[in-house]
Amino acid sequence: MKKIHIILLVSIAAAIAVLITFLRTTTTYDTVETAMNKPGRFVHLMARWDRSQPLEYDAIKNPNYLSFTAVDTMGKSVKVIYHNPKPENFEISDRLVLKGKYENGLFNCDGIQTKCPSKYKDDKKNAEKSIQQASGSATGNPDTKY
Amino acid sequence: MNYLDEHLLPGQLGRFFIVLSLVASLVATFAYFKTVRSKNDIDGGYWKKLARYAFIVELLSVFTIFGLLFYIISHHLFEYKYAWQHSSRQLEPKYLLACFWEGQEGSFLLWSIWHCVLGLILIKTAKKWEAPVMTVISFAQFCIASMIVGVYLFGEKIGSNPFVLIRDSGFLDTTPIAHVGMDVNGPIRPDYLRLPFMQDGNDLNVLLQNYWMVIHPPVLFMGFASTIVPFSFAFAGLWKKNFGEWTKPALPWALFSAAVLGVGIMMGAAWAYESLSFGGYWAWDPVENASLVPWLILIAGIHTLLIYKHTGHSLRTTHLFFILSFGFVLYSTFLTRTGILGDTSVHAFTGEGKSLFYHLQLFMGLSLIPAFVLYFINYKDIPSIKQEESGSSREFWMFIGSLVFFLSAIVIIGKTSLPVLNKIMSSLSGFLPFKFLKQAIAPPEDPEFAYNQIQIFVAIIIAVLTGLTQYLKYKNTSSKFFWKQVLVPLILSAVAATLVLAFGDVTYYHPRGGYGFLAAIWMGIACSVYAVVANAAYIWIGLKGKLKLSGGSIAHVGFGLVLLGILLSSSKKEILSYNTSGISIPFDATSKEKTGENLTLVKGVKNDMGRYWVTYENDEQHPVKKEKWFFNIHFQRKDGKEEFMLRPSAYIKVKGNEGIQPEPDSRHYLDHDVFVYLTALPAPEKNKDTASFSPRTVSVGDTIFYTNGFMIVDRVMANPSDEKYHYSRSDTALVANITVFSKQGTRYHLRPVFYVKNNQANYILDTALSQNLIVAFTQVTLDKKVVLQVKESNSVMKYVTMKAYKFPFINVLWLGIIITALGILISMVRRIQLNRSSKTGP
Repeated sequence: MKKIHIILLVSIAAAIAVLITFLRTTTTYDTVETAMNKPGRFVHLMARWDRSQPLEYDAIKNPNYLSFTAVDTMGKSVKVIYHNPKPENFEISDRLVLKGKYENGLFNCDGIQTKCPSKYKDDKKNAEKSIQQASGSATGNPDTKY
Repeated sequence: MNYLDEHLLPGQLGRFFIVLSLVASLVATFAYFKTVRSKNDIDGGYWKKLARYAFIVELLSVFTIFGLLFYIISHHLFEYKYAWQHSSRQLEPKYLLACFWEGQEGSFLLWSIWHCVLGLILIKTAKKWEAPVMTVISFAQFCIASMIVGVYLFGEKIGSNPFVLIRDSGFLDTTPIAHVGMDVNGPIRPDYLRLPFMQDGNDLNVLLQNYWMVIHPPVLFMGFASTIVPFSFAFAGLWKKNFGEWTKPALPWALFSAAVLGVGIMMGAAWAYESLSFGGYWAWDPVENASLVPWLILIAGIHTLLIYKHTGHSLRTTHLFFILSFGFVLYSTFLTRTGILGDTSVHAFTGEGKSLFYHLQLFMGLSLIPAFVLYFINYKDIPSIKQEESGSSREFWMFIGSLVFFLSAIVIIGKTSLPVLNKIMSSLSGFLPFKFLKQAIAPPEDPEFAYNQIQIFVAIIIAVLTGLTQYLKYKNTSSKFFWKQVLVPLILSAVAATLVLAFGDVTYYHPRGGYGFLAAIWMGIACSVYAVVANAAYIWIGLKGKLKLSGGSIAHVGFGLVLLGILLSSSKKEILSYNTSGISIPFDATSKEKTGENLTLVKGVKNDMGRYWVTYENDEQHPVKKEKWFFNIHFQRKDGKEEFMLRPSAYIKVKGNEGIQPEPDSRHYLDHDVFVYLTALPAPEKNKDTASFSPRTVSVGDTIFYTNGFMIVDRVMANPSDEKYHYSRSDTALVANITVFSKQGTRYHLRPVFYVKNNQANYILDTALSQNLIVAFTQVTLDKKVVLQVKESNSVMKYVTMKAYKFPFINVLWLGIIITALGILISMVRRIQLNRSSKTGP
């Protein structure tokens, strides 16, 4: 066996080992229920902002504190704390990916990914929405003959 | 039905030329194929002529399509969906081209255009390789043309046509107002173009309205497109069973591709740095990874090709690498365009849906399966040298380097492909035996670190290898020769690296990586210093200062600088905006004592931020883009040596987007950048003022209390003329000088004015912004008391929340990239010259 073959085998083994180790560090997508079942474990919580519950954010008082209630598709909710400014598209996002840990009755969030029905992300839906909004205002237009 | 105001001609022409380009590329593919397969030159000549004509027709069609689409966008013909969706009337002309690459169809078109240009050059220069190489390229052109043809075949939509009319696109289907009789089942009304919402387009994504976005996509796509050339040469070699000879013409192409793709990727990084607000230039985002991986493999391929040229080793590997680098270009297109990345990417690309998903898979299959089949059939016949490479030879270590690059690419793409793995697993879930295999896998807690902890070692190995290997000779190197040459640069760089580490103060600490990771960073810095020094020294020691010959070494110097720049800028990145502003910070009980990384600045109030005093002075609206606002943040160094203004900006309330879209600003120094972006602004709805004025009648010297302190009326002046007000004796104006004392101990001076003009009483209000306080001076009573109106409002408070970083040595990275690209291009020119002289020679 040539030494190049040995090196080849060793490095390929190393690459595979790296990928397997990587798979061990991966996390899971969770609902509120399953996230609560593994407190202290880092998870990706798929939920949305519960608009009926109060949201706390005041940039003047503390720009690094956001708290709100997240509710998942099963209807279960949890209070979320996030130590960063409120994400840009928070209000209009219809889905949130909350990265963090459930601890002591709270979901401590390190990162929020907002999924918006915005034009970059969901072209068609949004365009339709904006057309409807526009046409809504157009209905009152006296020039409308049809 | 006749619709009013429509311009149908450009669209009809466009559709015609798309079909023409599709047919012409198919003809070109077939004719080139026949040229390769023809037994004699007369037949072959005939087919080749036909193929060339077909290709030229295709080229002209693609350019015409591009021109027509540009006409539609620049003339605001919103009856076309593409123009409505991606542009608007107020879009600045310089961004018109950027509309092309916001959409799927436009970027395929761009890719196609580059293939055309490259194909034209190949027809001119490839000689006997023209036919097989152009067969592959014409076929790829056919595949790309099919992406924009937009027809239904057996109920499946094939491609997406950029010339589709908005009334045919389904956009209006659910909008009653756009239909006759307000009935969505009825036909579209003839004057739909006169409806208010059809008067302007949806506009270009504001993130793309940036000068980098005018130039980054064309360069990146040229890089992507050009990887097909080395691939086609390798394919042609396998097909014609003419192994190895193709490497000569392919090498300059591979170098070209590496330079352009590398620059294209890093232009994207520069764009991210300048206009995105994640505070950096690289985030190991799937989209970034997907473009980096083909580049890494291409570089590996170039190195194995050089090994083959000099020693005859590694030809099989070279084939594999060139096939894979093109393969991964297709794979990256698949990842980024079909929406499969889903939740793992911050870039969310629109998926064109199911049809594109399979369409791209088909493209990948049709290009790669024949290549791999040919590769494995011919594997045994591809010449290779049985004898083992010597451990002291250059080729041995070059091969190790290429292998490390390749494996690093595989690891990166493996990690990036998690969503693909999830997709495969979920489609197999019925057959899977274990429950844990069925659960979707999410990225790790700290995905960036997962990449960094591995790639830092790749950086170390590669940095050392680029330096050392230059000093080895092909085949065999005597140890005396080696040590004599390698010693000086080794000592030099040891000194330089010691200096950098001693004074660089790299004390990065990652909670997961700990001190081991810090040690690896130190090692990486030392090794990249070595790569720079050793390669620069080799230009003199090994190549006697002949720059024409030293493209490789120059590129390596550049790459060393890139590594150094990455390591220094990321490990020494500092957050400047720790909240020290005294305004706030009652950290609540649940807080994990995380000092805030974001600082809120109230307009007009000086804030303490590390070594600076910062003040949010005012804001300005962009002259053309009304939604864009610039915020002037004044920086003053505490030692008084310097003051400057940074103007981070934000798009506020862009269409369909309630939040803000910030754009950073940075101040560049030779050795670092100060980088600022906005993270929050007051919500506009909060600015509705509900508080009202309450009158207070006071004499000079009296005190008025308000929620957060008190104020004293110091004196009342008649017709003052000073820096703020300029009244003359003929005016009737009274100014009240008031000092406000807040509970926090801050003082403000207010000077509201009461004046009479044309027998009418007028007032000029004055405000203490940070105290939410407005005072008006409205009356003087007969007993010489003054009536002040005091209002405490929640709307006057104008503030911005921002994040500021210090990026040290970012310029080392940018410089490194320019040098790398320059080095690669120098060797490309040299290889072209060598090829020419070997052809004209005996």
